[in-house]
Amino acid sequence: MTDPAAEAYRRFRDELLQHGLLISMGVDGLFGRSGTFERVVDGLNAAIAAVGDVDRPEVMRFPPGIGRLQLEKSGYLRNFPHLAGTVASFSGSDDDHRTLLDSLSKGADWSATQRQTGVALTPAACYGVYPVIASRGRLREEGALVDVYTWCFRHEPSIDPARMQMFRQREHVRIGSEDQIASFRETWMERARSLVDSLGLPLTIEVASDPFFGRAGRLLANSQRERSLKFELLVPIVPEAPRTACVSFNDHRDLFGRAWAIEARGGDTAHTACVGFGVERLTLALFRHHGYVPGDWPVSVRNVLGL
Amino acid sequence: MSAPLKVRVRAVLKTAGSLQGGFDALEDSSDLHAAGLTSHATVSLMLALEEAFDVEFPDRLLRRKTFSSIDAIADALAEIGVRDVAA
Repeated sequence: MTDPAAEAYRRFRDELLQHGLLISMGVDGLFGRSGTFERVVDGLNAAIAAVGDVDRPEVMRFPPGIGRLQLEKSGYLRNFPHLAGTVASFSGSDDDHRTLLDSLSKGADWSATQRQTGVALTPAACYGVYPVIASRGRLREEGALVDVYTWCFRHEPSIDPARMQMFRQREHVRIGSEDQIASFRETWMERARSLVDSLGLPLTIEVASDPFFGRAGRLLANSQRERSLKFELLVPIVPEAPRTACVSFNDHRDLFGRAWAIEARGGDTAHTACVGFGVERLTLALFRHHGYVPGDWPVSVRNVLGL
Repeated sequence: MSAPLKVRVRAVLKTAGSLQGGFDALEDSSDLHAAGLTSHATVSLMLALEEAFDVEFPDRLLRRKTFSSIDAIADALAEIGVRDVAA
């Protein structure tokens, strides 16, 4: 029996490939993007900046990697071992090289010649921010606000084009007191709702949880929901499948503040929160709802995106 | 002869709960989350309880409130068949 959602994902992916918007790389969840696709992504980024720049966030841009220590200290490896990716590289002598060449010529497994490099792939854009803020010492009264945009990796190969293994997140990250966090999240929920609405996309905002691993993960996910720490802005992309989270609003409480010993002004541990826009997911939603040719989209939508 | 259930729960909590000072002042009904039991410490506590009592909490009990007090933990353990001994 065929799974209707899987069929619908495949159909949508194939249409995107046929229209040249995505470029196949032969691996589920890895795609090239066309110029048209990127112009929409750029338009979304400009629209997000137009909303967020009034707060004068500090802009930080990081490569798509973090130190292994960051992956450990942030708790990501503990909570999401199934999604995390680390970088390994050849490390060895000429003898080891011969072993590698031998394995390659036989089409055998060569991974034993690889060693961890100390670099991990960034799982979420905000992870680069916390150690930087911590290194500056105690926060000033206004706290910190950072605009970050990074390629991320999550090991979840899928035929759903909206579930890529490598994708970009545009985030605003707030670090400060509990009150500052609460007001940040409220402000951005309203801003995101209004922005996505102006793109002509149907949306709802609902309580959500992260995909924590295993039985311990069920406890964490239930607890996260009970405390309403995560909300997602959902847009239907493939009608036969669950709606897709295109923006998420995350209250981390003092999790990262404790992990990185970030001190709020009064000496308490700082709280943190972030709002993350999945720019590829929003782009896919736009193609789904308005068609594959941006020139044919409603004028109001094109105006928001500068297209 | 093993100790009463809540005494054994308290012993597991002391090692796995990562609670700072004031542990001995905790009542059986005290709110553990308010006393500083973090989400990660809750996971460690859950795993330590499973090992100590040789049980597995079913999905319906994998919730924050199951681990909200010594009383709540003892109730949950009793619900999945851990027998108390006469104090």
